[in-house]
Amino acid sequence: MYVAVKGGEKAIRNAHRLLARRRRGRTDVPSLTLDQIAEQMALSVARVMGEGSLYDEALAALAIKQSRGDLIEAAFLIRAYRTTLPRFGYSEPLDTGAMLVERRISATYKDLPGGQLLGPTFDYTHRLLDFTLAAEGEPELEEAERAALTDEAMPRVTDLLSEEGLMEADPLPEEGHVVGDLTRDPLSFPADRDLRLQNLARGDEGFLLALAYSSQRGYGRTHPFTGEIRYGAVEVEFFAEELGFTLTLGEIRLTECQMVNQFNGSAKSPPKFTRGYGLVFGQAERKAMAMSMVDRALRWEELGEEFTAPVQDTEFVLSHSDNIQATGFVEHLKLPHYVDFQAELDLVRRMRKEWFAARERRDEELGLAAGKDQEAAE
Amino acid sequence: MTASPNLTSAALAPAFADAVHDAQSCFRVLMQAMARPGTLQAFDAAALVPEAPLPAALAAAALTLCDFDTPIWLDATLAANPAVAGWLRFHTGAPITSDPAEAAFAFVARPESLPALAGYAQGTLEYPDRSTMLILAVENGSPAPQVRLSGPGVQSSTDFAAAPLPPRFWPQMMENHRRFPRGVDVIFAAPAGFAAVPRSTDLTILEA
Amino acid sequence: MSADRQMNTGPDEGHYNFAYLDEQTKRMIRRAILKGIAVPGYQVPFASREMPMPYGWGTGGVQVTAAILGADDRLKVIDQGSDDTTNAVSIRNFFEKTAGVATTTRTEDATVIQTRHRIPEAPLSEEQVLVYQVPIPEPLRFLEPRETETRKMHALAEYGLMHVKLYEDIARNGHIATTYAYPVEVNDRYVMDPSPTPKFDNPKMHEMAALQLFGAGREKRIYALPPYTKVKSLDFDDHPFEVQHFDRPCGLCGAELVYLDEVILDDKGGRMFVCSDSDFCEDRRARGHVGDMAADPAAASLTGSASTSARTPE
Repeated sequence: MYVAVKGGEKAIRNAHRLLARRRRGRTDVPSLTLDQIAEQMALSVARVMGEGSLYDEALAALAIKQSRGDLIEAAFLIRAYRTTLPRFGYSEPLDTGAMLVERRISATYKDLPGGQLLGPTFDYTHRLLDFTLAAEGEPELEEAERAALTDEAMPRVTDLLSEEGLMEADPLPEEGHVVGDLTRDPLSFPADRDLRLQNLARGDEGFLLALAYSSQRGYGRTHPFTGEIRYGAVEVEFFAEELGFTLTLGEIRLTECQMVNQFNGSAKSPPKFTRGYGLVFGQAERKAMAMSMVDRALRWEELGEEFTAPVQDTEFVLSHSDNIQATGFVEHLKLPHYVDFQAELDLVRRMRKEWFAARERRDEELGLAAGKDQEAAE
Repeated sequence: MTASPNLTSAALAPAFADAVHDAQSCFRVLMQAMARPGTLQAFDAAALVPEAPLPAALAAAALTLCDFDTPIWLDATLAANPAVAGWLRFHTGAPITSDPAEAAFAFVARPESLPALAGYAQGTLEYPDRSTMLILAVENGSPAPQVRLSGPGVQSSTDFAAAPLPPRFWPQMMENHRRFPRGVDVIFAAPAGFAAVPRSTDLTILEA
Repeated sequence: MSADRQMNTGPDEGHYNFAYLDEQTKRMIRRAILKGIAVPGYQVPFASREMPMPYGWGTGGVQVTAAILGADDRLKVIDQGSDDTTNAVSIRNFFEKTAGVATTTRTEDATVIQTRHRIPEAPLSEEQVLVYQVPIPEPLRFLEPRETETRKMHALAEYGLMHVKLYEDIARNGHIATTYAYPVEVNDRYVMDPSPTPKFDNPKMHEMAALQLFGAGREKRIYALPPYTKVKSLDFDDHPFEVQHFDRPCGLCGAELVYLDEVILDDKGGRMFVCSDSDFCEDRRARGHVGDMAADPAAASLTGSASTSARTPE
C-alpha cells in the first residue's frame, strides 16, 4: 500500500533516498561533472534549455545530471527554477542576420552570398557505431579545415527572395501591438503568431516532429523547401531605460530555420513564397525545422487555405505541445484516485445487478413463452 | 524601471513596512470583504502615510493589488496632486490611465463626484473578469441602512450603508447587478476597514 | 516592481520568498481570486506558474494556497480525504518549508484546508477557506474539447449540451453515470466543475459557510464559491440528483452517512469499509465510537499501529 495509513511521510523519505542512490549509480564509477555534460552532451543541453525556456548551459547540465538523463524531467527542473527569477525587462529583438555563423545551409540555392557552410553536423555521417569511443581512449581528433571567418555578409535567404518580391514581407505586427508572453498571460484563442511561435519554441521536440511529419504525408500540405538553416552565436541586447542606451548582455547560440512554401495567390495577393519560422536555443536543428513547418501550417487562416488536418488546428497544437504540462497530467494518474474509483465501483456493481436482473426477467419471460408455445403445439 | 526618472524613492512617502506580510494580511481582509458582501472587515492602514490626498486605506489596497499589469484610474481629487500618481507608480509600477474603460482599478477619494459606473470597464460575456474594480474612500461609521443585500456570500440578507456616495449610486449598482456576469465590483475603504459589493450582489433600496 | 527585486531570491541562494511565490505572482493570483468571488462559478484565466511539483499534482491548489496563506494560518492538506496520503504529505511539507506555517490534521483547527477529491465530513465554519485542486476546470470539456466553443457556451449560459449528455446517460443506463466531478449550477448561472470529488460531496458545497476556492494550474483557471451560495447539482424532474449510499457504517468508528473507502483485506473477498475522511474517523474513535471491525487485526494497519515504507532492496 503506498497511500492511506500512517507512514506516507516515511515512505516518501525512503523513496527519495533510494532515488538519490540510483541517480549516483555504482560509486566505483566516477561521478559526471557538469562540464562533461555541457561539453559532451551539448545537444541534450540544448534541448533542455529550449524546452526549459532558459538559456543557461551550466544549469541545464545540472538538471540533466539531477534527472538521471531524463530530459523532460530536466526541462521541468529548469522551468520551475526559471519561474522564480525576477524579471527586469525584455531584450531587444535578436538580429539573426548578424549571427556569427558556424553552420549555414540552404536547400533552395546551389550557392549564395556567404556560401554554404556545413559545420558540425550528423548529416552525411554513416550511422555506424564507433567502437573506438567505447574503448577507454578517444579517437584521434583531426583538425577540421575551417573556412576563414570573414566579414562577408551572410544575408538570410529569405531576404534575397524578398528583394525580388517573390517572398512575402516579414509580417510586421500592427502599430501598438504588444508582443504576447504566455508565461505572463494565459493562452487564449485565437492566438496570434507571436504567441504561437513562443509556444512552439518551448514545445516538445517529439510532438512537433510528429506533427511536421504528418503534414508531409498529406495531413495538411505544407510543401516546404528548406530556405535556410543557420546555427551560431547572436548578441542579446537590452535597452536600459534608466541609462537611455542599449547594453549587450551576452551571446547565445541559436538555430534558426526558415522553410519556404509555395503560395498560389489570392484575390488580394499575387502568387509568391511564404515562410514558416523556427528558432530554438542551442543546436537543435530537428526541432527548428519541425517548428517552422508547424508554424507554416498554423497560418492557414491568414493565407486563406483550407482547414483539413490536425497540424493546422491551433487550439489542438498549442494546448498539447508543452511536455511539462503533458507529462504532469499523464503521470498524475499515478496519484491515488480511490475515492473516485469507489464511486465508480459502486455504480458498476449497481448496473451489473440491474443487468443480471433484467436478463433473468427476460429469460423467464422467454421460457414461459416457449412453454406456452409447446402447449399450444400439442 | 517604471518610476518616472525625476522621482526618487527618497522624495516619496514609504510603502508597507513589511511588503510580504502586510500585503498578505490586507489581501485576506479584502478577500473576506468580497466574499461577504456588506460586512465591514477590519483593517488598520494607519501606519501607512502615503502622499496626500491619497487615503491610507486606498493606498493599502493599491499596494496589495496593483502592479505593472493593472492600469489605474484616479479621480479628479487624486489626479490633482501628481505626487499621488508618482507614489503609486513608484511603489506598484502600475500605469496611470485617464480612460476609466481601460482601468483595472479605479481609486476614488471623493465618491460624491464619482462618474457613472457604466463608464468603467464592464468585462465581456466571454471574459467578465476584464472589468474595473472600484475602490471608494468612505467614512467610518455607517449611516442609516440604505440597501438590503442578498445573493452569494450573504446568508439570507444583510443591510448596508456607506457615505459619502453620489446621488443615484444605488440605482446604478442595481443596474450593475442586472448586467451580471458583466459589471464592476466596488470596495468601500474606510479608515476602520473594507466592505465590498460585488456585481453578484442583489440589492433592494430601503426607504429613507 | 521595485520591491520585488529585493524580495525575490532564487532557490540557488537556499531560501525562498514566503510561501514560495514571488509577490508579483501572488498579486496576480489574488486579483484572480477576487474576480472569481465576484463572479461565482466563472473560471478566471490566470498566468499559472511552473511550480516545483508537476502539473496535475495540485499546482493550482498550491498556487491559490500560497497566495492567501499568512503567518498566522494553520494549514491542513488532504488527498482522498486523508492527511497522510503521499501527495498530501508532500504538499504539506512544501508549505512547512517555504512558509513556515503551522499545520494540522484536525479539520476544526485549520484556517485553510487544501483538498484533492474530498470535502471534509464535518461542516466547515465561516473562518475557514477550502482550496480545491482541480485537474480539468471546464465542466463542458468532455462534451466540447474546444476552449473557444465552451467559452461561448458559458457566455450565453447555453448548457443544453450538458443536459442532453446527462439525459442520454439515463436513457442508456437508467442512471446518470457520472459519479464524481458531477456538474453543478452556481447561483442559477454558471455550470461549474466541482473538481473530481465524489458526487456524495456535492450537497456540502451548497450554502457552505466557508469560502471555497478552486485552482487549476495546468489549465490556468481559478474559480470560487462565496459562502452561502446556491449550488445545485444538475438533474431532471423525473430523475432527481441523489448521492451514493453505503449499506453499512464505517468498520472502524461506526459512522453512518459518510463516504467510505473499500479496503481489500485478503484475496478471498475479505473487505472492510472505512471512513475516507481520516480525521473525522480518528476524532470519532477518540470519542469512544467503535465500529464492528475495529478489533480486526486488519484494522491495525489502518489506524496507524503499523506503518509502510518504500521497500529498499539493498
